[in-house]
Amino acid sequence: MTAGGLDRAALLHLAVPALLFALQFVLPDYHHVNLARVMVLASFAAGYNIVFGYTGLLSLGHAMFFGAGLYTAGLLAQYAGVAAAPGFVLAILAGALFAALVGILALRTSGVSFMIVTLMFAQAAYLALHYFGDYTRSDEGFVVPAELRRLFGLALADPATRYFTALALFTGTLAVCHAVARSSFGRVLAAIRENEERTRMLGYDVFAYKLVALALSGAVSAAAGAAYAMLFGYVGAGLASIQYSIYPLLWVLMGGAATVLGPFLGTLAMFYLVDTASGFTSAYLFLVGLALIALVLFFPKGVLGTLRERALPWLP
Amino acid sequence: MDFGPYLLLATMEGAVGAAVLALTALGLSLVFGVMRVVNVAHGEFFMLGAVIAWWVAHLVGAHPALGFLAALVVAPIMVGLVAAVAERLVLRRLGYDPEATIVATIGLLYVIQQAALSTFGPDARPVEPPVDFRILLPWFGYSGYKLLVIAAAAALMLCVWWVLARTRVGLMMRATRFDRETARAFAIPVDRVYGGVFALGAMLAAVGAVLIVPIQQAHYLMGHDPLLLSFIVVIIGGLGSLRGTVLAALVIGMSDGVISVFFSPTLAKILATLLVAIVLVIRPTGLFGARAA
Repeated sequence: MTAGGLDRAALLHLAVPALLFALQFVLPDYHHVNLARVMVLASFAAGYNIVFGYTGLLSLGHAMFFGAGLYTAGLLAQYAGVAAAPGFVLAILAGALFAALVGILALRTSGVSFMIVTLMFAQAAYLALHYFGDYTRSDEGFVVPAELRRLFGLALADPATRYFTALALFTGTLAVCHAVARSSFGRVLAAIRENEERTRMLGYDVFAYKLVALALSGAVSAAAGAAYAMLFGYVGAGLASIQYSIYPLLWVLMGGAATVLGPFLGTLAMFYLVDTASGFTSAYLFLVGLALIALVLFFPKGVLGTLRERALPWLP
Repeated sequence: MDFGPYLLLATMEGAVGAAVLALTALGLSLVFGVMRVVNVAHGEFFMLGAVIAWWVAHLVGAHPALGFLAALVVAPIMVGLVAAVAERLVLRRLGYDPEATIVATIGLLYVIQQAALSTFGPDARPVEPPVDFRILLPWFGYSGYKLLVIAAAAALMLCVWWVLARTRVGLMMRATRFDRETARAFAIPVDRVYGGVFALGAMLAAVGAVLIVPIQQAHYLMGHDPLLLSFIVVIIGGLGSLRGTVLAALVIGMSDGVISVFFSPTLAKILATLLVAIVLVIRPTGLFGARAA
């Protein structure tokens, strides 16, 4: 890696948040809200990418970590009047802890078993939300009152604050992912993805690395979940359903697994694809399904993954 | 009603569920056993079977039994065709890579679900049972059709067992499952076996759905629970072990029915899913996997 390559990469990752910052002054209201939502969901996808892209673990249960953040922040605000800032921190801790607990059990399996175990844990968590429906209001969900959604005295329901907070979250996760991709820790994760046995033979504690990666991924996903609850004010079990385990997989696949900007690109593309499609048909699930099949058949590396392979080898 | 008859009713309801579950799970298990493919769209094949059964029964229109019998033939064939096409166009091109096929079958799940929603609509629709008689027990009357379901499912499973254990086709399947490369060396058309097994698995789910549709109604989201329960059954029974699958289906189906009657169905499902996760963690081959694999 040349110094020039490093600069280019760093510049690119500064340019994207800067562009997003500038965009808010020119965007019409509708896209303003959409982009805030995309940034929060892209943070979720970026968290998923740490496990799926860099470590090579296909989890089908990340909705439970997103949901952990969503419900920790939402329930604490609703029933204990906890403010957004401490709620956010507690949500991240809850996500990391939950992911570590799931990981201690699920990481004993690998491959197909790992997918099914994560799927089952997520399903149990989703059903638990229904079981405690008196507090969580199940699928119907609840709305967090606007007066509780305040950060440092600013109302998060206000569009400009909302956009800024989403951008801050997104920039933060981008920095975390960039740091992971560049660190020796990230290189060990990639080694595990490429050849787990060989990494073990080299003396690395593979289980511990995977566990830390999953906990980090859970923390980032929970941060996105908490931000979703606080910024958009809605908390419902639908956001912790199996669909929200599959969406990040789709977004990451589309943008390019194991690329720092891929999750954002994939989320943005898929969000507007579905948004445009729903303008003239309600059958948007066709699009989701066909996109999944087409990506895995013809385009398994996604947009940025292919770009990196063909033209831009310095892309992190 | 006293506790005894109440328990009897719960057991009978459980047995009906278990019979259909065993058929569905057998399909999933067969596909996983021979092809090593986890078919996430299996529940949608089940749903498709029920929806097609409604169409057929609706179109035939005459005596309910006639419509039902037509559905029992047409629905599995059509579902089998869909599955064969999906196998040929998608799974084969992926080289049956475990992770890629999971993602692809998730995509298939959405496509089939949306197709059903767009054509069949969001309503639940019933199919009339082909026979209408009640068996009068001393405490309550019980639908004779439900007993027929149990008998039909048992007969079908015996058929599958007979095909697998006693016929040339079954031998090919078992050889392919045992060692794909060696099977190919012995001139077994492995590609065609894979296509056939995938279609057969889907057809078993479709038959299960046709049997249940007079009891449960057809709905475009009805594939979710059978998928989850089939996963649970296949894992507890041992991945790819047919005997284990049937045994586990009986245990899970019966206990699901009984627990749902006496406790909250949600709690029953939470416990079942957690149990599966723990079983997979502790014994990755499943409870019966080592013995009957």
